Parts: sequence; C-alpha cells; structure tokens
Amino acid sequence: MKLPKTILLFFGSCLLAGAAEPAASSPMVSIEGGSYRRPLEKGKKDRRVADFRMDVRQVTNAEFLAFVTDHPKWRRSRINKLFADQAYLSKWKSDTELGPDAPPGAPVVCVSWFAARAYLKSVGKRLPTVDEWEFVARADSDSRDASHDPEFKAKILSWYASLNPERLPDAGTPEANIYGVSGLHGLVWEWTSNFVSAMTSGEARSDGTLAPQQFCGGGGSDSLQATQYASFMRMAFRSSLKGTYCLPGLGFRGAKDPKTPKTPKIPNTNSTKP
Amino acid sequence: MKKNTRNLGTIALAAAFGGFSAHAEEPAEYEGQGDIKMPADVKNVETAKLTSPPHVPPPIKRSHPTKVHVELEVLEKVMQMTDGVDYTYWTFGGTVPGSFIRVREGDIVEFELMNHPNNKMPHNIDLHAVNGPGGGAAASFTAPGHSTTFSFRVLNPGIYVYHCAVAPVGMHIANGMYGLILVEPKGGLPEVDHEYYVMQGDFYTKGRYGEQGLQPFSMKKAIDEDPDYVVFNGSVGALLDDKVLKAKKGETVRIYFGNGGPNLTSSFHAIGEIFDKVHVEGGMGLVNENVQTTLVPPGGATIVEFKVNVPGNVILVDHAITRAFNKGAIAMLKVDGEPDPLVYSGKRSDKIYLPEGSTPQVMPDQGEPLQAASNKKERIARGKNVYASNCAACHQANGEGIPAAFPPLADSDYLNADKERAINVVLKGLSGEVKVNGDLYNSVMPVLALNDENIANVLTYVYNTWENKGTEVKPEDVAALRGKE
Repeated sequence: MKLPKTILLFFGSCLLAGAAEPAASSPMVSIEGGSYRRPLEKGKKDRRVADFRMDVRQVTNAEFLAFVTDHPKWRRSRINKLFADQAYLSKWKSDTELGPDAPPGAPVVCVSWFAARAYLKSVGKRLPTVDEWEFVARADSDSRDASHDPEFKAKILSWYASLNPERLPDAGTPEANIYGVSGLHGLVWEWTSNFVSAMTSGEARSDGTLAPQQFCGGGGSDSLQATQYASFMRMAFRSSLKGTYCLPGLGFRGAKDPKTPKTPKIPNTNSTKP
Repeated sequence: MKKNTRNLGTIALAAAFGGFSAHAEEPAEYEGQGDIKMPADVKNVETAKLTSPPHVPPPIKRSHPTKVHVELEVLEKVMQMTDGVDYTYWTFGGTVPGSFIRVREGDIVEFELMNHPNNKMPHNIDLHAVNGPGGGAAASFTAPGHSTTFSFRVLNPGIYVYHCAVAPVGMHIANGMYGLILVEPKGGLPEVDHEYYVMQGDFYTKGRYGEQGLQPFSMKKAIDEDPDYVVFNGSVGALLDDKVLKAKKGETVRIYFGNGGPNLTSSFHAIGEIFDKVHVEGGMGLVNENVQTTLVPPGGATIVEFKVNVPGNVILVDHAITRAFNKGAIAMLKVDGEPDPLVYSGKRSDKIYLPEGSTPQVMPDQGEPLQAASNKKERIARGKNVYASNCAACHQANGEGIPAAFPPLADSDYLNADKERAINVVLKGLSGEVKVNGDLYNSVMPVLALNDENIANVLTYVYNTWENKGTEVKPEDVAALRGKE
C-alpha cells in the first residue's frame, strides 16, 4: 500500500527538482507580524498582520525577462488581452530584449496585476496583501513604526510630488528599513494582491466607505489621522487601478507565508507514522 | 483537464478584477456605454477649442445648443516659479491655470480627461458648472496612462472654476490643478475689444520665498494657510515685462478672473482703473457697476469689464497688498495711446500703494547665501537672483522702475554718482524727494534686512547691468557703512 505512494512521491519530487528549481529571485526577510491601524479606519479594531516573508526589493527587468523567456505566453506580443493592456512591457525593446529604457537591475514596470502574479507563482511566491505592505511600509531605518515622524512623512510626500525619472535606478538602491526591506517608498508604486479592498470612490469628498470627517480634502481634525497623507495617496492610487493596467510607475515585489517549504518533504519510508 | 479549469478560474478573476470599478454604496450613477439620446434642439458636434492662459477662446456665434467634445490632458511638469526657483506643478493642459473652456448654456459636453502615462498620481476633475455628483470627480477618476469620459449638460450660465478632487484635495489644488469654464448665457455676452483669463493661486513651498532650487510642496504650510507665493497665472511675473496684457486707449477689456486657492480669498483690484461692470460672484443675475475691488473666494470667479480711458500701465493686484509686492500677486495691462490730460494729467503719480507705511520698515532677514562670491563675475551672477527676489517687484526686471512711482536703476545718474550713497539706500532705506535721470520721485524704499554679502552682490549686479558704471561693491564696503549714522 505504501510502496506505490512512495514511488509516486519520489518521481514527483524528481520531476519538480529537475524541471522547476525556482529561478533566482529577490532575497527575502522574515517579518514579525503585529497589529496596526489602517489610517482611514477610525474607531474600528486594529488589524492583525500575521508573520510572513517579504522580498527585500522589487522584481527586476532581468528577472522578468527570464520569466517571459521560459513562459512565452507572457511575452508582449503573445499576452492575452484579458491579462494586460496595450502598455504591457512598453519600455522594453522587444519581447525578449530589454533595451536602453529598461536597465536589467531596475524594477520591472508596465506589468499588470495578472502578469505580476504569474511571475511570482513561477518562483513560489505571491503578492503581498495591502495590510502586509502597509505594515512594513511604516518602518524606517530605525523603527518599525515611523508613521508619526514628520521627517519620514515629508520625505514620502516629497517623492509623491516629484516626477517619475526617465530611467529608474536599480531596485534595492534606497536605504533599507529596519526589517531589511528597501524601496517601499521613493522608487515605484507596487501591486498588492487585494488592491480592490483599498477602494475609494475616486471622489475624495463623499466616499461612503470611509468616515467622511477624516477624508474630506484629506484634512481630518484628528491630528492622528490628519497627517496620514501618504497613506491617503496610496489608497487613492490603488483605487484608480484595474488588474489589467500597466503603468510606467508601477512595479511589484513578492511575499510568502512562512510555512510554505521551498521543496516538498519526502516522508521517511521507514517511519511508522501515517 | 486541470489546465482548463485553472484557465477558466483566471479568466473569471480577470473579468472580476479587470472590470471592477470603485463605487461603494452611492446613489446609482448612469454608467452606460451606449449613446445618450440628444434632445431635438441640440444640433451638430464640435470639438471645443481650448486656450492657454491668458487667452480666451472667441465668443460663441451659434444660437443653438451643440454637443461639444472637450479633451483635457493632465500633465505633471517642472516649471519656474520665479528666478532660480522651480516647482513641480500638476497641470490641466500643461499650464497653471489650466486651459480655458468655453461653452454655451444648454450644450452637452462630452468630457475626456487624459492622464499622461509619465504622471505619478491619479487625477480627476470637478467642474463647478456640472450638475451631478462631485462635479464629475468620481466619473473622471483616472489612473496615469489612461483616459476617462463622462458627459454633462451645462444648465446654468456663468463663469465657473474647475479643479482636481483626488485626495488629498488640498495638495492637488495647491500644485496648480485649477482652471475656468465659461458657460455663455443664451444671448452671449456683450461684445468687448479684449478678453483675458487670469487666475490667482497660493503656493506652499518647503523653503521660503525666493529660496533657490526645486522647491517641494509643504503640506504643513498648506494646512496652516501660510503661503510663500501668491501669484497670478501660476508663477511670479507670469503677466509682467514681455508678457503683459495689452489694450489701446478707448477699448473695453473683459477679464475672467478666477481664484483657485486652495486657501486664500482674493481682493481683486486694478490700479488706475475702475471695474465698470462686475458680475458679482461670477453669476449672471447681479451685475454691479463702478467697483474698485471685488472679492473672489477660493473656488470662485468673477467677470470684470472696464474701458481703458488713458494710456499707461493698469496694474492688477490682490489688494491684500503684501501678497502683491512680496509674494507675486501682481500683473500688468499695458495701455497704449494718446494721453487725455482732462481725464488724467499724466504727470502725477498713479495711486501708490506703500506696503511699508511712511517710514522705512525693516524686511525680515533673507538668509545667508551658501558661500561668499569669490570674484566680480560670481558676485554679479548671485546678485541677479537677489535682485529678482527683492528688487524686481518695484524696480522691474529691466531696471526701468515704474514712472512716478519707483525710480529706474538702469543708466541711473543718482546711482552712478555716489557708490556710498547707493549702499546706504539699500542698508537704511530711503524716503523723501529724489531726482533720478531728470525726474522727481517721492516715495519710500523699505530697509531690506539683507546681509553684507547679499547687498554687495545685488549692488554689483545693478552697477554692471543696464549701462551703469561697472563698479564692484564688496561686503567690506557694506560692513563699513552699516551702523554708521
């Protein structure tokens, strides 16, 4: 009874080991979870973020190129229109050539939510959720929660007010925060798995999902909420997106649950345990 | 078998997330893609000709409503705020204020808002002329690299502000996202010789007024309502020098004047003229006459009309006057023609506004330059920037001053005759009668609390420009006179 199962598993693991040793991708760090408040939710309970692992930097052009080389249906000329709009990989020279506007080490941009997920799946990862992303994004190089530090906020807002550069610098260039994660601010916007949950109506003054007194004009009277402009702006940006959108200022990075093993375990055939 | 199921699943997700749009618990909005049936009186389709400020599209000639396509692009770009100072503006149509839109009461406007792919932020538009939720804001919420379309009927004539309404709204507006849309009443407006488009805005920068470089937006100052710049048409000097508005004596001028804010109310006034007609609060029902200064709140507009009776410079200001002379809320309309001495003798001064009162007041410190100039050439270059920030408002960028008000510095006999006297003027101010190049001036120059380096630089610049003597003034020369009676 056990033997066929063992053989199946053995062959299965061989196949996996041979065919899909996950391609080289960004190193990750472990993030110890905790509770945090989504900046626009007054009076509700704190949200809980479980422990998870996060890429230290965004996915690069080189990594995405390796992905489309192995997975032709995700190449620019072949992609299904349901999964990406006409701007997909528009900065690349061709299907499999990066060209001068897409430095290999820079974050890959002009990728849709679907393409991002497909890439991450191929390397055994997933997109971070909004809560996971926002939880780690509160940190600076000294503390886990710099969200009340005026310097930290001013720096982020200053990036939002500045123009996108002609050519993006390498992913991982900005200083890492206390977790060892870099570039959550100051490089590109990033996809999250459940960006639809961060919806505003697009009409910043009458959104039904948010307590109006803290949203109108982004100037709530509560000093805690009133200064969360960076989060307001990220919420607003996410709300303008659809899964097929490919924007020159939007990239992504991966996340992983801590329990997912990198390779499947082969049970000890001599064990008496089921 | 498995592969097909997985694909179906992904496709279903695609349909859900790809098509999902954000409307949570609001009253139902018509979101149809199909054609909206036009009433019988709406004839033809045309594309609105938008203009950049200060120009206005020509009056509408037709006598029936039309379907009008308006295509407006949002562009984030760096432009100059004043000499040596740049700012990242967010613009409608590449300008601040944004393009002027002109339609007729009863028109159906099909509005397409484009968000350039290089922009960082999503944007939308709220036109005060719209009857509908958010003035169009929710319907026009657009990600970078995309465009959205919605349509509305202009039911109410008037001059209306439009602006972006994406969170945080104060920041989007403060970065320059406003403009005007005119809905002509059915019979049109009376004919005038010139129509101009001027819009005031307050700007908040990290550094103070004149501090050099690319200045980021300061949210704190915006909330405190403490602007560094208050300007007409987006920058200091946008309507001065070679960009003045123009008219000829005897002509009628109409100005569509709006206030984008975000915070300050404007006390709009024309120095040397009276508004013959003012559309109170930009409405059509109340036209006041013979008004000197009219209030325009942020998010509001007005239409003023006046006939220019004599030649000279009509100076438009926000009469909260330090904004005009110290923050940039000043524009000029140059009127050419033959003098009419009965109406105005031409020799006496225009009404002079003295922000500093009748004795020299001290201006706040303008700060240290980063390092001392090491030679005359550097001194002149630095002095040019000091001049632009401190002197140009009165003495003008070309050094010619304003006749009967502020003496010229260009080829100035008063300046060239006595270097020590010139230094003392900048150090201690000057009041009382002086004769410069044959003309008498009796005005007040405030003490600008510049340090020795800045005074030396600006005087060296002035002495080496506009046919002046070519002297160099050094910081030690200034220090020697400082504190001496």
